[in-house]
Amino acid sequence: MKRRMTRGVVTRGALLAALALAVALPLLAQVPGPDYGEFNFLGLDRRGAVWIAAQLHLLFAAFVLGVPMFAVVIEAIGMFGGDEKYDKLAKEFTRLLLVAYSATAIWGAILVFFLSTLYPRFWAYLTAIFAPSMWVYAGLFFLESFTLYLYYYGWDAWKKGAAKKVHWCLGIMLNIWGTIVMFIANGWLTYMMSPPEGLTADTAPQTVQLWSAINNATWMPINIHRLLANVVFGGAIVGAYAAYRFLTSRTDEERAHYDWMGYTGNLIAIGALIVLPFAGYWLGREIYEFSQQMGITMMGGFMSWLWIIQAFLIGILFLAGNYYLWIGMGRIPGAERFQPYIKWMLLVLVLGVIVWATPNTMIADRDEIAAMGGIRHPFLQVLGVMSAKNTAVNLMILTTFLSFLMYRRANKDPVVPWARAGTMLQGAAFALCAVVVVFYGVYGYFVTAIVRIGFSVYQVLAVLATILFVIGIDMAMLRGAKSRGEIRWGRMPDRSQYALLILAVTFTWLMGLMGFARSGIRQHWHVYEVIRDTSEQAFTPALGPAATIISICVLIFFGLVGVIFWLGGLAERSVYQEAEAEAKGTEGHGTLGEPMPSPALGDVD
Amino acid sequence: MRRYLSHPFWQGAIVVVASYVAFEYVIGYVLPVIGVASAPVPSSVIVEYMLIVLVGVLLYMSADEERWQRFREPIRATMVQPDRRTVRGILMVAFPVLIGWLAYERVKPSYAAPATLRAVHPAPPNQLTFRGETIELTGLENPLREEGSMEEHLAVGKRIYVRNCVPCHGDLLDGQGHYAQAFNPVPADFTSSGNLPQLTESYVFWRIVKGGPGLPREGTPWDSAMPAWETILEQDEIWATILYLYDQTGFPPRTWEEEGGHE
Repeated sequence: MKRRMTRGVVTRGALLAALALAVALPLLAQVPGPDYGEFNFLGLDRRGAVWIAAQLHLLFAAFVLGVPMFAVVIEAIGMFGGDEKYDKLAKEFTRLLLVAYSATAIWGAILVFFLSTLYPRFWAYLTAIFAPSMWVYAGLFFLESFTLYLYYYGWDAWKKGAAKKVHWCLGIMLNIWGTIVMFIANGWLTYMMSPPEGLTADTAPQTVQLWSAINNATWMPINIHRLLANVVFGGAIVGAYAAYRFLTSRTDEERAHYDWMGYTGNLIAIGALIVLPFAGYWLGREIYEFSQQMGITMMGGFMSWLWIIQAFLIGILFLAGNYYLWIGMGRIPGAERFQPYIKWMLLVLVLGVIVWATPNTMIADRDEIAAMGGIRHPFLQVLGVMSAKNTAVNLMILTTFLSFLMYRRANKDPVVPWARAGTMLQGAAFALCAVVVVFYGVYGYFVTAIVRIGFSVYQVLAVLATILFVIGIDMAMLRGAKSRGEIRWGRMPDRSQYALLILAVTFTWLMGLMGFARSGIRQHWHVYEVIRDTSEQAFTPALGPAATIISICVLIFFGLVGVIFWLGGLAERSVYQEAEAEAKGTEGHGTLGEPMPSPALGDVD
Repeated sequence: MRRYLSHPFWQGAIVVVASYVAFEYVIGYVLPVIGVASAPVPSSVIVEYMLIVLVGVLLYMSADEERWQRFREPIRATMVQPDRRTVRGILMVAFPVLIGWLAYERVKPSYAAPATLRAVHPAPPNQLTFRGETIELTGLENPLREEGSMEEHLAVGKRIYVRNCVPCHGDLLDGQGHYAQAFNPVPADFTSSGNLPQLTESYVFWRIVKGGPGLPREGTPWDSAMPAWETILEQDEIWATILYLYDQTGFPPRTWEEEGGHE
């Protein structure tokens, strides 16, 4: 283990040295050179190369930043609740981080090399402003690496008493380092979007104040949006890992464990997804306030069609998330009483996706445009505006919460005397919330844009308040509830696991597409309205080519994630081989050299 | 009949067919007959809707193991049972023919211009030049709201509109002027809630000043016949026309205080 740790630290040391070199070279050189380097590899140009490297770095980084957040929470649940299976689950989550962390570093280094060689002048410009923060970044990266190794490899050594609390604190430190690292990098990219006021192309970068460059208009909204999105993404990827392991399981114990792990990953992803739109809304608002041109390009102009694609993909997320819960109810005794409601919930979701995916201005040929009398459909245009879309998405969130509530209650019969009244109260809360959401949705058509924007806040608050109120009642009502039988973990049809895989792929795709929207609205600027892109790739790519590049990124990412999953399975297989060998009275050695206990339910690490 | 109606496979098929009829014919042809403003739905949107419905049906059918087994029964029976040989044969021919026909429809040469993505409200610049004078658009308000007599401004706006805009945008401001049908797409309908109330006055100012030629390069081709009015009208005349548009339609302009809208 020690040798492995040393090797890992050396690898990261080399990567950090590369980063340092890339930062230092432009500063040391100080000689005029070409603005852009040449690149052509299998038809990929310099922008494509940087795009793919940046996207893959971001995807792995999102994973390694998201997973520790809930790993620490799950470890705390195990530590303070005394249930060891949570501790094991947290460790299994963390194990996935190790290889993903290396992948993050490697793609980060590739990105830096591409930037410094293909965009040397622009890279020199950025380093002239941000060099001190880059050194801090490198230092924190090192700390983060070391903390991660201590956190994972110290798991079994520091398992009891005060040592366990210290170990948990390591997890918290891991999160703190990671968050600061992300905040710093966000400062660089948001500077490109929303530089401080008063800068021009002639402003010497050395005169730009570092803090004002980092603390720009979109920095904090991006920080918060990414923090939440990382949790969503991390949950979805570990859900996909669990699905992969479930589908390749050979024993009922394995299936039961990975079924539970997949459920937990899905719960984390969908739970965090519910609050993500708030952060996205704030970011969109800041972009609008910074530049009307950027805002309109993003929401009403060239990029507006991305939002229809986004609506489609988020529709898939809602449908797949609910579908997983509905199938999961098949393994819960007593869930059959909720079956009749599923078709109505599905109807709300399908109608919601239809409303959300209805474009305000439609793709139409000239005959269709002539028949409609314009690019808007005379009847369907009522569904193309935000009043309709906000109403649809809030009802979809409410329906998803209802699915979760049914799932939660499926095998329980409350015994408190006020159970009937409590259930009626919950029903009334749902109904009232739906009325509020629909009322503001309809009323929104009759007021000005400014007032209508405020309505979306009321709608979301109504949904969140209902969720908190209903779950509060539910927790009190189900205290000491009579069980109709235990959840039969592992008794899930395979197609449920494909829903988890679809969730992970859809989240990844969404991140790529919406990242393109955020970055693409700069159009032909490296730094918006300060440093112009004068390369031959200064144009904003059309949606088709952009979607192709993003899809390539998604394919590469899942190819690499597949390797990570396979490695995880390799380590796991050694557990079973060892157990088998021990049972035969011979000595077995794990492929990764880590001694493992014999497998049992929830005990696979 | 009852046996079919209670079977998941045929229930799913009925939902799919009924949805198609609703999207294609009810919205496109029945609604206008009963007096609701509507038109045929573009094929891109029909495909989108049908995909969503199809996915919904499949999810419902497979969400319960017993229902899923029953749903697959007729498909499996058609594929393997000896007494379904004729149906199977027909499907084996019909299905590839259908796919071939769809492929042919997509690739056959056509004189029709391809379907386009056209944003109605392209992103405005942060500033523009009016006969050499640079004007910052960000935060710009209609100067006539703060000076002179509103009645006079509206009278000027009306005069300008009637002389210059009516032929295309119509005397009812609904985009149905005498020349309107010569354009595709037809001129903007100012009475639509999707136009003026969504825009700041500075945005409308930019669109009138620069017209079709001044539209941004992103999102081209714009297919706009709107002239650049800066060569014909004075700034105050344009601002007065904007006042007239908002006054006549009854819409308030979008304001600058809270530019967080996603529309």
